[in-house]
Amino acid sequence: MGKPKTIIEKVWEQHVVHREEGKPDLLYIDQHLVHEVTSPQAFEGLRLANRKVRRPDLTYATMDHNVPTKNRDVVKDEISRKQMETLRKNCEDFGIKLADMFHPDQGIVHVIGPQLGLTQPGKTIVCGDSHTSTHGAFGALAFGIGTSEVEHVLATQTIWQDRPKTLNVKVEGDLGPGVTAKDLILAIIAKFGVRFGTGYVMEYTGEAIRKLSMEERMTICNMSIEGGARAGLISPDETTVEFLRGREYVPKDEEFDRISEEWLALATDEGAVYDHTVTINAAEVEPQVTWGTNPGMGVPVSGATPRVAESDNPYEVERALEYMGLEENQPITSIEIDHVFIGSCTNSRLSDLKKAAAIVEGKQVKDTIKAIVVPGSFSVKLQAEKEGIDKIFKEAGFEWRDSGCSMCLGMNDDIVPVGGRCASTSNRNFEGRQGNGARTHLVSPEMAAAAAIEGRFVDVRHFAGVAL
Amino acid sequence: MEAIEQHEGLVYPLNRANIDTDQIIPKQFLKRIERTGFGQFLFYNWRFNEDGSLKEDFSMNDPKYEGASILLAGENFGCGSSREHAPWALEDYGFKVIIAPSFADIFYNNALKNGIILIKLDEAQIKEWQNQSEDGELKLSVDLPNQTITDEAGKVVGFEIPAYHKEKLINGWDDIALTLLMEEKISEFENGAQA
Ligand code: SF4
Repeated sequence: MGKPKTIIEKVWEQHVVHREEGKPDLLYIDQHLVHEVTSPQAFEGLRLANRKVRRPDLTYATMDHNVPTKNRDVVKDEISRKQMETLRKNCEDFGIKLADMFHPDQGIVHVIGPQLGLTQPGKTIVCGDSHTSTHGAFGALAFGIGTSEVEHVLATQTIWQDRPKTLNVKVEGDLGPGVTAKDLILAIIAKFGVRFGTGYVMEYTGEAIRKLSMEERMTICNMSIEGGARAGLISPDETTVEFLRGREYVPKDEEFDRISEEWLALATDEGAVYDHTVTINAAEVEPQVTWGTNPGMGVPVSGATPRVAESDNPYEVERALEYMGLEENQPITSIEIDHVFIGSCTNSRLSDLKKAAAIVEGKQVKDTIKAIVVPGSFSVKLQAEKEGIDKIFKEAGFEWRDSGCSMCLGMNDDIVPVGGRCASTSNRNFEGRQGNGARTHLVSPEMAAAAAIEGRFVDVRHFAGVAL
Repeated sequence: MEAIEQHEGLVYPLNRANIDTDQIIPKQFLKRIERTGFGQFLFYNWRFNEDGSLKEDFSMNDPKYEGASILLAGENFGCGSSREHAPWALEDYGFKVIIAPSFADIFYNNALKNGIILIKLDEAQIKEWQNQSEDGELKLSVDLPNQTITDEAGKVVGFEIPAYHKEKLINGWDDIALTLLMEEKISEFENGAQA
């Protein structure tokens, strides 16, 4: 055997079509996911140049960003309607499979890829969306691209990429009871900042990561981009193999046994060297709440907003506090909210919904709060309804919606009004993200559920009636 | 993409770090299916009030920066979403050059593909020019082949840019056409991978 390698190097090397000194590598792409917002100009470019889609069979499209989450039949917004119509036409013209708004496989692109088994270890996966890093949970090399790159991949099934540096994000110890994968990734970004991953592909390693379910791993990898890394991944193991067994686009029977051996062999070798390593102790992580306007501005729920004068960047902290309408050194548990959003490609899978439902069961959402649950895919929604989870939410006073991106970025009607304050299970708390002038606090589904009941942030570990 | 070698222009200093693509072009403007016309929406929520009137306290609305084509910004410029609408908006507004201590990875690639020159410089130099530009008016001239920026006082500052990106910018090459020249290698790879 040669030199020990990381999974990042192994997957990369397997996909190099062309390499030349002083230039990026030309990488082959195994799976291209497409949605309505970042693709129209790419297809237009193909048409203008009289080009075809090289591998429609490796391309899969859905509508998620601006689909309505109620009353699907009427897309009130004319431009949204046109954008979706354009995708439908493009998929027809170029022979690409499309899960449109009414298709049983529709959902947020990063939820349906894994659900259908399109996402597999060792694949290179791209999508015109920065949270493509989600698919890294399976040991795929998955990253977001811009529209010119979407066009490039459509035309050539390849992409030019600088070889990344490798970053080991080592999670030691175990997560405490009631502390979730979302808390862990928020704590990682709070500790190391929003640019520690720039120029790197991250691999999450350590015992705590091994113990996570696939859905929890997706939550972690999803937010790699919030730490600055285009891609973040986790070496595949038995948990990965079991999740994929039997899924629609995964090989069957003996072929599955053979390919799962290949998948497991991709895991980072003992003794492989990374360009850089950072370490965090999972046991020290508490439930997190962001207080500011980037995902790195987060603290434990027992904490408070920073003191301006004592912070590293007083100017930014002051501006963020002002936008958020918060005082310095304000206890997190004193922050009252008026919106709750449970959804997005970070936290809208069945297990997320179940965990949040367990918190709200038999309780009532505070009457000043508008709370919505938006399942990540049509199939998640159906499954949840089969298990009666929709009822628990509805009885507690949540609205139960159809799947899509929804209030994560408010491109459809689901927006937080000016000055509104939302406990959100999504991944970005940028100014105006959920609506112009809206204030976003990123939390786990459990924390969002508890906040919906109490009307303010509480430590879900001490939340009445919850046995942890 | 248009070829670009030299550029001389007025500076607009935006002294903020971590400017994300949601700020550069808010999501309500992502619904267009064209590539052009995004400039009017650049930094929309910073430039305009709810009712569409100009926010006077936002520096970009100061008439002295009208026609600026060189943007000076803080570190991690362009973080967040992969939307190429961000460079489209910057380019359409008239920015040809962006100078910052660092750029987010995806934005960096997207901007280069649209013929915007991205230059990483150390913070102290950016600060110096930022101050000059805020106090008066500053023009810089960028020479891509020689990798230098010259200010009005005659100060010359060198910068690094990967040779490969430089070559593409100077020639205005179409990436796809270049890649399609490798058609044979791609097919070979596909056949090998499927064997
Ligand atoms: S849920 Fe939010 S973050 Fe995820 S793909 Fe949709 S808009 Fe992007």
